[in-house]
Amino acid sequence: MSDVAYQDAPATAPSQSPLAHRRIPRWAPAGFAVAAVALGCGIGAGAGLASRLQWGLISLLLFIGLTYAITAGVEGRRQAKDRVATSLVWACFVVAVVPLYSLLQTTISKGVKVLDGNFLSHSMGGVITTQPGGGVYHAIIGTLEQVGLASLIAVPVGLLTAIYLVEYGRGKLAKVVTFFVDVMTGVPSIVAGLFILAFWIIILGFGYSGFAGALALAILMMPVVVRSTEEMLKLVPNELREASLALGVPKWRTILKVVLPTSIGGILTGVMLAVARIAGETAPVLLLVFGNQLINNNPFSGAQSSLPYYVYEQYTNGNDASFDRAWAAALVLIAFVMILNLVARGIARWKAPKTGR
Amino acid sequence: MAKRIDVSGLSAYYGTHRAIEDISMTVEPRSVTAFIGPSGCGKSTFLRTLNRMHEVTPGGRVEGKVMLDDENLYGAGVDPVAVRRTVGMVFQRPNPFPTMSIYDNVAAGLRLNGTARKKSELDGIVEKSLKGANLWNEVKDRLNKPGAGLSGGQQQRLCIARAIAVEPQVLLMDEPCSALDPISTLAIEDLIGELKERFTIVIVTHNMQQAARVSDRTAFFNLAGVGQPGRLIEIDETQRIFSNPSVQATEDYISGRFG
Amino acid sequence: MDIVNTSGEHPPPSRQPAVTRPGDRVFLGLSRGSGILLLVIMAAIAVFLTVRAIHAISLDHSNFFTTFEWNASLTPPSFGIAVLAYGTVVSSLIAMIIAVPVSVGIALFITHYAPRRLASPLAYLVDLLAAVPSIVYGLWGGLYLVPHLQGLNLWLNEYLSWTGIFHKSDPSSAARSLFTVGILLAIMIVPIITNVSREVFRQVPRAHEEAALALGATRWEVVRMSVLPFARSGIISASMLGLGRALGETMAVATVLSASPVLSLRLLDPVGGTFAQNIAAKFAEADNFGRDALIASGLVLFVITLLVNGAARLIIARRKEYSGANA
Repeated sequence: MSDVAYQDAPATAPSQSPLAHRRIPRWAPAGFAVAAVALGCGIGAGAGLASRLQWGLISLLLFIGLTYAITAGVEGRRQAKDRVATSLVWACFVVAVVPLYSLLQTTISKGVKVLDGNFLSHSMGGVITTQPGGGVYHAIIGTLEQVGLASLIAVPVGLLTAIYLVEYGRGKLAKVVTFFVDVMTGVPSIVAGLFILAFWIIILGFGYSGFAGALALAILMMPVVVRSTEEMLKLVPNELREASLALGVPKWRTILKVVLPTSIGGILTGVMLAVARIAGETAPVLLLVFGNQLINNNPFSGAQSSLPYYVYEQYTNGNDASFDRAWAAALVLIAFVMILNLVARGIARWKAPKTGR
Repeated sequence: MAKRIDVSGLSAYYGTHRAIEDISMTVEPRSVTAFIGPSGCGKSTFLRTLNRMHEVTPGGRVEGKVMLDDENLYGAGVDPVAVRRTVGMVFQRPNPFPTMSIYDNVAAGLRLNGTARKKSELDGIVEKSLKGANLWNEVKDRLNKPGAGLSGGQQQRLCIARAIAVEPQVLLMDEPCSALDPISTLAIEDLIGELKERFTIVIVTHNMQQAARVSDRTAFFNLAGVGQPGRLIEIDETQRIFSNPSVQATEDYISGRFG
Repeated sequence: MDIVNTSGEHPPPSRQPAVTRPGDRVFLGLSRGSGILLLVIMAAIAVFLTVRAIHAISLDHSNFFTTFEWNASLTPPSFGIAVLAYGTVVSSLIAMIIAVPVSVGIALFITHYAPRRLASPLAYLVDLLAAVPSIVYGLWGGLYLVPHLQGLNLWLNEYLSWTGIFHKSDPSSAARSLFTVGILLAIMIVPIITNVSREVFRQVPRAHEEAALALGATRWEVVRMSVLPFARSGIISASMLGLGRALGETMAVATVLSASPVLSLRLLDPVGGTFAQNIAAKFAEADNFGRDALIASGLVLFVITLLVNGAARLIIARRKEYSGANA
């Protein structure tokens, strides 16, 4: 086998070339793939296996086996392992892309069916759930208000906490805060919802409202804002701070006038991403805002709806007209989140800190 | 077993940018050849074309021929992996594998190639390589400690031990002392003097005294201007280059008139 | 991801108690106050949940930890978390078994294998997918994935039912099982784990990879020698992050699982439940006491996620010690 010659090459310097191995041609991996798929389908059809998945699995196994056997014969075992690893990595990619592609494709193709101006400008008031019609206007209002309120609470707290950790934080308190910010990142959204339920609704006796939902969303948002802001503040070169301090500028003005403006792009990006994340949260809304078929513009009193809640509600209605509405609302929600993401990325690119990678 | 390198008409590119142009030279076996020249003249790039490391840089591309004795490194069917085993390399900054012990670092190349499977055999090669790198006495009691715990100079000698453990034909060194203090530098230079008995050594250096001290032959590289490709100006016996070079630019550079 | 190391980042410009200006004092007070507010919130979450939970558990007529049924509205109330705990752990475990290797594979694909022109749009796409709300995954899971997994279920039942776990009691029942939930959760957390792992792989110093290459390593050997050892703890903490998401996921489970208080080792049977799913499902009909009972189950979920996060934290801290030389 060629790898024997290969191992001995440096010691004995054999007469024939030690560097050039026999290699399989470049088209070979593609060839193996085609052969494996053909064989797999052949076996599948021949044995009358119903599931396409089986065909795929057989093809995959054949492909890996074929690659290993032939490469090991021609190029040696190390090369064969390398090729198998490459095939596996490609396989991972394919395996993951299929469901994710299907998710987006299904949502878009089913969502556009009922998505029109009417859908965006009407609520579900007076609509019989088994009939087509109605829209998401009330849910969009709810989402915007709840997310807006949550941001109003979470962004200042998050920003200031990050400033504390980066600019002032030394000693025990900072360590404890850092630790609990991490812990807070992992709090499931339904637990945050339960907490506000226990605290705001059961103990303090307030009713269900958009604001109660916003409180829970704020809890989910804070640690994300702290984390991203912290990262951005740490990117600001220390020379800038020192330059400002050396001019006799007080520390707080240095932070406001030098540090924050330098990192504002990154901070905004982080905030937008955090907003995008909480805009899709359903569980707290389910527990705290309660859902509403009608338009309720006041987030401080009475039940509201929200886009993710609306999707869930239509799904649980369990009929085709509702499913159509659910897909359309899901598409609106995805579009909303994606736009926020794209804007965030745009800001990041536009105002990238000079020290960024 | 050291081999002669014959380069002819070699150019290297980063994407569309041509970094070095039309270089031809011969590197003699069992000797030290030093590459000197101003920053950006492509001497490191050229060095990396000698073991096909240039092409791992995104966009890296090479034209021309590099003959190792009578075999073209860029010939059809040549496996770059095999080339790199035959032509070892030591980098500017010491780069021992951080997750491996000293012993495992030296054995890494052997384990990859599946040679020396027996523990005793491996022990022998590790000891021989560490001795070859003048590091054995300093680390023999802590072979199982992480390699990253050594000093910079020791780490660099560890990297040399790792490179020579696989018994390459040629050893390429890319400014191996530029991150080290003078004492460690001296240790490495002494080591180079010993290693040239067994290997063909090519060293890139910014330090002209070092080139004069360690090398038998010296090649001077230069570039016409910023953005222009680097070229080989001349290559000759080190003594001649430093005393009586045939090209004016070489003399200017060595005497510090530019660069 | 990293624990903030404020001590090393910025040498304190004013270490002595020099904060004398009113502006400085106000600003420091505000920012420190925000930090403390976060702590207070965390403490409040623990305290309020515990208080309500103790109230509920003290009135529970059966053992809270071993009872299968959830009947908080009965008199006397009888409810327990055995099925929920089992379902939560099993579905998350299935998700992890599928998602971790696939995510590491994709991350490697993006950083080391993909053609360069494909790599960065792909990374971008994965980034965006991580932001898709879970309710959308839930909707897709309930309406698309469940019918499409029926074939796989039948196949597993036919060929692997001897394993016990893949035996399906009623082959014609819909695939609304813990197994399907696990697959959906896996699809959900793949983008998350991939993103973090990719970030870690990108941080592997070029020098280590070149060291392996220069020894004549093949691409796979470079990955095995240089990339994976360096990234191991990063991969583990990325997985923990994904696990945390999977454990607490509500909507994607609620839309897929047909819940019932049965604890079955047969993963394909449409039975079981998870903490979050149970809360979402039972909340609408819960009276005051019922809500307390649900809060008690939420507390258990909270504790579990805390433990998982703590473990991730420990791993990251250990990694810091080991690779201090190449930060």
